[in-house]
Amino acid sequence: MADASYPDELLYHPEHDWARIDPEGPDPAHPEATLGITWYAQDALGEVVFFEAPAVGTLLVQGAPYAEVESVKAVSDVVAPLSGEVVAVNDALADSPQLINEDSYGEGWLVRIALSDPAERDGLLDAEAYSATLGG
Amino acid sequence: MSRYTATTEHDLEQMLATIGVGSVQELFDRQIPAGVRLGRALALPDGMPEQDVYAHLRELAARNVSAEDEVSFLGAGMYDHYVPALIDMLMERSEFLTPYTPYQPEISQGGLQVMFEYQTAICELTGLPVSNASVYEGPSAVAAAGYLAKLHNGRGRLVVSAGMHPHSIETLCTLVHGYGMSVIEVPLVDGVTDVDAWTEAIDADTSAAMFAQPNFYGAVEDAARLSAAAREAVSSGAAANGAGGDSVAAPVIVAQVDPIALGILKPPGECGVDVAVGEGQPLGNRLDFGGPSFGLFAAREEYLRRMPGRIAGETVDVDGRRGFVLTLQTREQHIRRERATSNICTSQALNALAGVVYLAWLGRRGIVELGELLLARTHYARETLTALDGVQAMHSQPVIREFAVRLDADATAVKARCARAGVNPGVDIHALTGRESDRGGLLVAITERRTRADIDRLADVLGAAVAAEQQAVMA
Repeated sequence: MADASYPDELLYHPEHDWARIDPEGPDPAHPEATLGITWYAQDALGEVVFFEAPAVGTLLVQGAPYAEVESVKAVSDVVAPLSGEVVAVNDALADSPQLINEDSYGEGWLVRIALSDPAERDGLLDAEAYSATLGG
Repeated sequence: MSRYTATTEHDLEQMLATIGVGSVQELFDRQIPAGVRLGRALALPDGMPEQDVYAHLRELAARNVSAEDEVSFLGAGMYDHYVPALIDMLMERSEFLTPYTPYQPEISQGGLQVMFEYQTAICELTGLPVSNASVYEGPSAVAAAGYLAKLHNGRGRLVVSAGMHPHSIETLCTLVHGYGMSVIEVPLVDGVTDVDAWTEAIDADTSAAMFAQPNFYGAVEDAARLSAAAREAVSSGAAANGAGGDSVAAPVIVAQVDPIALGILKPPGECGVDVAVGEGQPLGNRLDFGGPSFGLFAAREEYLRRMPGRIAGETVDVDGRRGFVLTLQTREQHIRRERATSNICTSQALNALAGVVYLAWLGRRGIVELGELLLARTHYARETLTALDGVQAMHSQPVIREFAVRLDADATAVKARCARAGVNPGVDIHALTGRESDRGGLLVAITERRTRADIDRLADVLGAAVAAEQQAVMA
């Protein structure tokens, strides 16, 4: 992705991770959310060459690292913006890790989780607030 | 100021003036806390004139007895193979001898290509698809394999055959102590790993199952059977515990292999082994009083990102020409820091160069011929020695280049008698393993440098030494 973008409908964690909460889900008490890393993160990393997803069933804790993204020159922790249980992982990334660079908010999604504490969303930033943390 | 000559007084004055310090002593006084300073001169003897130093070192060196000075049957991991002059000639080329790690591929293509060819040779020898550019030596390669297994499956136990080299087991124990895994040793039965005990010891918390091929006592293990048993131990265990739909993944299967023996043995990759490691010294490196040498490390593709060590990769440059680079560096310390796949990030490039040159020198036929020669001569040696009074085979398993006998006399005393006759009959096994069952044990190694006449002489000297020792004890 050439230009910086931070979609308005997403919620952001200061460690450069986004969450898209799905209003329609199988269990209203535990809505599902798709997680990924932001444009800023993929741009700083450079060309992503490897991502190993956690196993389905893994429990994520808000603010804790749950995986690593590897580029040619660096390895970076991926931090969970929300807590929950992994219900799906993006298998396409095994063969096409560059999707994380090319389509960070779409095809480059990392995992999908069932939220354990939906109220945590109140602690996240909106697009404007997150952009502000990135500086000038 | 020249980059190639020592600092002059004038240089020193200029540098001190630039940083605003009066003298070098002042630099230390201002920076090093008084509490950690020694406060006295170093307790070193006076210097000696160069001529006296030379004489002194010659006198010390003369106390060593090398494999060139006596007929040596020492082995136990490092072997006195012939090293052709070709290897010294290539190793001493400054292009290979002097450079550091090839982080800058554009000026390191020769060295990187050698690493790539070395890796290719190791893959062919082991029958496994990926290899690194070498690690330090055999025992730390075993320990690194244990760490790879831990990174892979996070389990707590390492099951190892008592047939592994004692140095390997010791190094493994030292390393795992730091991250809380336990090492469980499985005994041997008639010289090879007890398959029932092996299967029994392996459970759902076993991270890796390890054995040596050939083992420390020279015996050829049934590698395929050990690998299969390790996998079945876990899958049948899971069924027995009613794990239902959950399948427990097998432990990582690790074999420490002798690269020379791979000339005639089925490669570990075809025996169900996941990670093959080994001591590389027998390939083109001399004994050199124990080192430096190199360790080989090869594995199945799925373990590539958990592997330690440098890896050379083949790629193309901006003009589409083939070139070589260090690759997958994100495994290593300089990028991944404390989460790297090893605390070591280097390779034994020069020793591995000797290794790949040696393999090229032997060639595909040569390594097979060497293996067949060792097989024949080793069996001849075992037959000849076990025909002596007071010398019995410790086991009757097939051997390739080394075998264990038990002497009916104190091994240390017998070795001393043999030394006086200019023969080193082998390694005192009990001294190395400390196992009670190894008392009187002697590990005899045969290389292509030990002729039939040498073996006959060993028989004479050893037979006489055992008889004399038995007499001396009875007197």
